[in-house]
Amino acid sequence: MRDHFYDLVEAQNSTLLSDEVLLASFRGENSDFFRLNGGKVRQAGSVSQHGVGLQLIRGEKTARTAVELTLDSAADRALVRSAMEKLRKSLEFVPADPHLHYETVPTSTEVVKEDQLPTAESVLAKTVSAVSGLDFVGSYASGSMVYGFANSLGQRNWHQSHSFILDWSLYHVEDRAVKASYSGFEWKDEEFQQRLESARSDLEVMKRDPMTIEPGKYRVYLAPDAVAEFVGTMSWSAFGVRSQKTKQSSLRRLAEGEAQFDPQVTVMENTADGLGPGFQREGFLKPDAVTLIRDGKIGDPLVSARSAKEYGIASNGADPWEGPVSFDMAPGELPKGEVLARLGTGLYVNNLWYMNYSDRDSCRMTGMTRFATFWVEDGKVVAPVKVMRFDESAYRVLGEELEGMTREREMIAASEAYGGRSPQSFRVPGVLVRAFEFTL
Amino acid sequence: MELERLFRELAPDVDFCSLRYESERSESLHVRQDVPLPVGSDADVGAMVTVIDKGGLGYAATPDLSRSGLERALRRAADWAKATAGHGVTDFSAIEMPHPTGSYATPVEKAWDSLDLASKVDMLVAESKRLKTDDRVVDWQVGLDYNHRETVYLTSEGGKVEQSFDFMVPGIDVTAHADGETISRSLGGRGACRQGGLEVLDAVRFREVGPELVEDALALLSAPPCPSGDMDLVLAPDQMILQVHESIGHPLELDRILGDERNYAGRSFVTLDMFGSFRYGSDLLNITHDPSRPFQFASYAFDDEGSASEREYLIQNGILVRALGGCVSQHRAGVPGVANSRASSWNRPPIDRMANVNLEPGTSSLEEMIGSVENGVYMKTNTSWSIDDSRNKFQFGCEWGQRIENGRLTHLVKKPNYRGISRTFWRNLAAVGNEDTLEVLGTPNCGKGEPSQAARAGHAAPACLFRDTAVFGGE
Repeated sequence: MRDHFYDLVEAQNSTLLSDEVLLASFRGENSDFFRLNGGKVRQAGSVSQHGVGLQLIRGEKTARTAVELTLDSAADRALVRSAMEKLRKSLEFVPADPHLHYETVPTSTEVVKEDQLPTAESVLAKTVSAVSGLDFVGSYASGSMVYGFANSLGQRNWHQSHSFILDWSLYHVEDRAVKASYSGFEWKDEEFQQRLESARSDLEVMKRDPMTIEPGKYRVYLAPDAVAEFVGTMSWSAFGVRSQKTKQSSLRRLAEGEAQFDPQVTVMENTADGLGPGFQREGFLKPDAVTLIRDGKIGDPLVSARSAKEYGIASNGADPWEGPVSFDMAPGELPKGEVLARLGTGLYVNNLWYMNYSDRDSCRMTGMTRFATFWVEDGKVVAPVKVMRFDESAYRVLGEELEGMTREREMIAASEAYGGRSPQSFRVPGVLVRAFEFTL
Repeated sequence: MELERLFRELAPDVDFCSLRYESERSESLHVRQDVPLPVGSDADVGAMVTVIDKGGLGYAATPDLSRSGLERALRRAADWAKATAGHGVTDFSAIEMPHPTGSYATPVEKAWDSLDLASKVDMLVAESKRLKTDDRVVDWQVGLDYNHRETVYLTSEGGKVEQSFDFMVPGIDVTAHADGETISRSLGGRGACRQGGLEVLDAVRFREVGPELVEDALALLSAPPCPSGDMDLVLAPDQMILQVHESIGHPLELDRILGDERNYAGRSFVTLDMFGSFRYGSDLLNITHDPSRPFQFASYAFDDEGSASEREYLIQNGILVRALGGCVSQHRAGVPGVANSRASSWNRPPIDRMANVNLEPGTSSLEEMIGSVENGVYMKTNTSWSIDDSRNKFQFGCEWGQRIENGRLTHLVKKPNYRGISRTFWRNLAAVGNEDTLEVLGTPNCGKGEPSQAARAGHAAPACLFRDTAVFGGE
């Protein structure tokens, strides 16, 4: 696949005019999927997709296109040739782009991770057998994920991995359920069994009579999955230099020094330890890490190629949307084993869901509890709690109301696959909050 | 066509086999702060084959439409059907899959290509240049996203459906900032989307609304916060569509009711025994699923499993009557549904998706609705949405709000939000706007499914009045 992509670019290089530059990016996957409901198969199948993005530059003019490749050499050469002809024609009609910016110093890289995955059919057989008798709902995705970059200046970058994620819920009745997942590069039966057993054990608590709590402020422990949802929504527009310069960042007050988080809060875009590639579509390499929040104060923004030119600063390899791909929040000092005791009386929230801003300027977000939320009294789990809506500001949750963060963190791979499987991940601790507002 | 010949030749001897070919051409033209962004044009072509055999079901999607590519995909789908036989949520072989023939094409009055690229970019630049009229305007953008999609659906029993769609998503966004406050206004919150050609621009007032949005944003900067409390609420169509989408469309999807989506998009408070008797809303609430409405965003003649579309009432005079589910879900649930089994593209399998879910107009004028309110807020344009996994407890935020006091619109209020519980809210529906208040809108990115899919949904809605709703503002 790598050679096929490079050959396609090479073939076009020889056709370029003297003032033309070609940037090409590649994203492909061979994926197997199955989804289960009640431990039974609803859908199962395979998807092979490989797209190449082409950006042709002539002087200060540029145009982009993307085409789906067949992986047949002759057919794809014809596809790319035709796409290039259209791009050349487009250049006749577009004005100069004052914010055009791309890497001109070639640096080539290659990361190829070995395929250690079992067949999806064998995982399906094991899963169906293991969950017999359980109301197991969820999905499995596995296979290769490939990213590439090549340009006419000689730069070549390749990132190839083979990963899986099994993301599931175990249901008791109605909406009383627990959520779990298992992801990685090598499937281990014992680990899957352990995680399933842990979820099955948690489900026992969900069988107790659920409590209804009144709206109001409560002490809350947000487990890592809930924290990932919270900071994931916060990140939609928080860290990009464009959103910060145009006053649209949800962390504008932090970015402009009007507010700060608790000094325990340090956040990085940690490409080195993430699942995504270390390069982007204009050829800029991503540094191992960019510190976005340092000791509760704003750190460096994510700067895409375009923003670098627009604002006259250096790019740090951010993708055009300037959001974190490999979100990494530093741990605290609270041992996980002491969470219930430190929580005392309050809510233990495993998952948050469907978040959105209720006041972006104040980074106030609303959302729901989902799956296992427990009422805890004197450090002991009492009962599951019916779903509640919250409306809270990140400045309170990660600032004045933050009591502690766990020493242990979890690596949470995104299970979403819009268009293709996602490389996004969150490595986050659990967070203990003194007061967290529920509204409905 | 060559693909049909190959499919008919290579289709294996199984209980059911289909091929869905899709070719989508996308063009994206955007101008930010008067500077055109690089023109983007994508071509995405591929096919999904589905095999049902001995009770199992499998699919395989490939961009390789050669004989060998199709052979590989059919073999892979058949392998999956074999692996899943006896383990399915139902005996898929027992489902009578449609074998339709027919066609559909978006009615287009002014083709996208009738205006050359330079003219389209110039038009966007001209619109952009009307927006920076004040130092407080800190960001502004105009854009046009166009998609031309062609699909061919073939079945092993001779079915053949050819459909062609043209989608337009115009957008205008303006952001103003002053005194520590940022306010954004947009053209319908990306809801001004329709099928059709460049005539859509006039239909959604693309060349008129820019200066109005700037004026709104600047005025909202100095407006007081939206008040808090239980009060009456009048919603404009560009908020109504999200209210309908989230608290009626999704809860009626059969795959949610059957539990397929419980791990991701969520379940539904609606249960199968509610159809035919459950009071969803007041007598004024009439909801249809209508993929046949010309120019609406999610119109089609057949869904992606070959069922023919028809206009159907989902809720009639407030009573729940029909579910949103395609032929597979209808078979599993044993209740009537609609033709809405849809896939986002060739690389995803069809699932139950609302298409055009419309709130039928009533008899009230906007003035009559406002005149009947002593204490309330009029809200426009969705900016935030959230609802629980059973589709009960929702919260929405809007870009624009105006107080209603003693039957009259008074001052603007900023950052208006409201929250409620679906059935209570719809039962408090006190007036439905007439045809004059109705707008045909939609949403281009509705997320659902495992693996995830972003689908297009259409919604037509009039302005509506709700009593006793929890309203509040920002910090």
